[in-house]
Amino acid sequence: MTQLIWLTIALPVLGLLINGLFGRRIGNRTVSIIAPLMVLLAFLVGVGAFFETMGRGGEAVAVPLWTWVTIGDFNVPISLLVDPLSLTMVLVVTGVGFLIHVYATAYMVHSDDHGHDHDDRDFSRFFTFLNLFIASMLVLVLGDNYLMMYVGWELVGVSSYLLIGYWFDRPSEAQTPINLGSNTEPVKLQPLLSPAASGMKAFIVNRIGDVGFALGVFLLWSTFGTLQFNEIFPRAVEVSEAMPSVIPWIAALLFVGAIGKSAQLPLYVWLPDAMAGPTPVSALIHAATMVTAGVYMIVRSNILYSLAPGVSMAVAVIGMATAFFAATIALVQVDLKRVLAYSTVSQLGYMFAAVGVGAYTAGMFHLVTHAFFKALLFLGAGSVMHALHDVIDIRRMGGLKDKMKITWITFWIGGLALAGFPLMSGFFSKDEILAHVFEASPILWFFGILTAGMTAFYTFRAIFIAFHGKPRDHHLYEHAHESRTPITFALSVLAVLAIFGGLLGLPTFLGLPHFLNGWLEPVLYELPHAAEEHHMSFGAEMGLLATSAVVAVGGIFLAYFFYMLQPSIPQNLARSTRSLFALLAHKYWIDELYDTLFVQPGLKLAQAFADGLDKVVIDDMFVDGTARLIGRFGGILSKLQNGYTGSYALATFIGVIIMISYFFLR
Amino acid sequence: MIGQVPLSYYLLLSAILFAIGAGGVLIRRNVIIVLMCVEMMMNAVNLTFIAFSRYLDSTTGQIFVFMIMAVAAVEVAVGLALLVELNRHKDSVNINDFNSLKG
Repeated sequence: MTQLIWLTIALPVLGLLINGLFGRRIGNRTVSIIAPLMVLLAFLVGVGAFFETMGRGGEAVAVPLWTWVTIGDFNVPISLLVDPLSLTMVLVVTGVGFLIHVYATAYMVHSDDHGHDHDDRDFSRFFTFLNLFIASMLVLVLGDNYLMMYVGWELVGVSSYLLIGYWFDRPSEAQTPINLGSNTEPVKLQPLLSPAASGMKAFIVNRIGDVGFALGVFLLWSTFGTLQFNEIFPRAVEVSEAMPSVIPWIAALLFVGAIGKSAQLPLYVWLPDAMAGPTPVSALIHAATMVTAGVYMIVRSNILYSLAPGVSMAVAVIGMATAFFAATIALVQVDLKRVLAYSTVSQLGYMFAAVGVGAYTAGMFHLVTHAFFKALLFLGAGSVMHALHDVIDIRRMGGLKDKMKITWITFWIGGLALAGFPLMSGFFSKDEILAHVFEASPILWFFGILTAGMTAFYTFRAIFIAFHGKPRDHHLYEHAHESRTPITFALSVLAVLAIFGGLLGLPTFLGLPHFLNGWLEPVLYELPHAAEEHHMSFGAEMGLLATSAVVAVGGIFLAYFFYMLQPSIPQNLARSTRSLFALLAHKYWIDELYDTLFVQPGLKLAQAFADGLDKVVIDDMFVDGTARLIGRFGGILSKLQNGYTGSYALATFIGVIIMISYFFLR
Repeated sequence: MIGQVPLSYYLLLSAILFAIGAGGVLIRRNVIIVLMCVEMMMNAVNLTFIAFSRYLDSTTGQIFVFMIMAVAAVEVAVGLALLVELNRHKDSVNINDFNSLKG
């Protein structure tokens, strides 16, 4: 199976070719079999390769396919790398991807008011793009050089753009203002971007990060003369000693790419708006897989980051700042998917904090568990949307637990895992990150634990408002119903994974096995004179674990107290801290700030160039000017064609005489 | 007999004929006369061929002349047919009226 790993990319490509070229002819039912089937087969290949690699003890195997570019000594082979790290990503991408494909086969069927089902207008286009995404993501994680990683990096960006703007003709939507009681002015909210605009925003913001990534790749090439992982990493230490400043630059530039792709400060703004895409897309691309590409990249380049401690610290600080910042915004969002989106930004921040302090395994661990429970939460939110005819505002929900049992239970499980409730998957991974962060810097840990409390609070705020209490919109409540089997199937499987995902990395200080530690070890490079790994005392570890548990439970209880026992508190609190509340509800006005600082000047500059340079110089001078010049010259020459045969004959005679006299007189 | 008339006489006559033909092509307006002038130029060439054929005692020139006369016959047939059609179309034999391709 290891040598056949290329099948994991080829199968989704096959699926996208079939569905893309013949989707309308073979019918939507066939499409909805082919697309998930291809991802399932890819998953099975991945599982086969996983067991083989386990049997080899995690040794990396390169699977060369062909040579892509050879220019002088610049040589880029197309070759896949099968090692524990890439296989972890392959299994997450194809495993979660398969469940989401299954889910989407039901999600992309809309039921109208009379209970009739209608397939989405472009059913096959959706699955074509979804398969394209899977294939692109696998190129990113399986490539064994930075150029293939970059190609995958761009391909997932394109798939993301296509899928966010999937409903490209839907308009921008206004949001109902937040009511703060009878005699206070409500807090107005900005309208939501249209899917087409959101897709563009995501693409352009990602592009800013990609420039950094591309520069990093160029610098790698000019430093090492190769882009192959297995040639760069062994030489990194030696190069770092010869040129101490170049490795930090490479690490920093690559991290700029990660900031864009993984939605960190200050380029996180695209991710909340990406929720304009269909919910399976939000779950797969904007929660479980694509946005974690930055974390994967840093873990893959771990030696470069270990050699650049300053950059690593910046990664950790930016990660933790993002985690904290996004969590505060999530506290007051009224859109269920946006709560989850900000929570994703926040959890990605945790992962970066982990890899920043050198806890690469912990970062990967949280990446995997986060993929499980966040995909689960998004799919649950999609199930709710589906039942309520695309209503996503939690203020119009309430009491849904009686109508949608499975969605309710699985959403609770996802919520518990996200909140870090003891023994759920998120508990172990988040605690491992926080323990490593504590070792590096107690201040960062303080923000981390604060964020953990807020995470528990906002997650259960959404759950209590949406699923508990009394129905707020009776018409919607009456029409609500449990979703169909493919949806509940995906939810149930992910719920099981969200509960037991923690078994991958049980706390080692309790003497429990940590599977990922051993599994990822071959991928992580040791620095030659690394400091002896010092472990915290048992008591400190235990204390951190207990603190995490207490904070998670406390956050959940606070949400329970606020939204179930004393529902008047949140409103009163919001009224008394109105300016702070409005600041959070408007997401710190960051979008407006960027609009004023960058977007409007950019548009004006573009307009100036369009009017000045493009219209006057390019269009008028070059394009039209050339045509006019040739026209005038032709006008002059056409005077010679005067229509008198005698003058033509005269010209011929004169010509002949000139030629003859030339031959005779020379 | 030809032996008494020097070659230069023939060539001179031929040159005169050619010049008359060329002048006619250049200055005459009547398209039939222009066509006849072209024929005259051609026959001036024929005369040169014949003269040289005799002078060099070779038949090659005469064979050329036969070829040219055959081609000239064909050319006249086509040319006259074109002229008839042009006349029908424009109701004129003035060569300067046939100028619809001018720039």
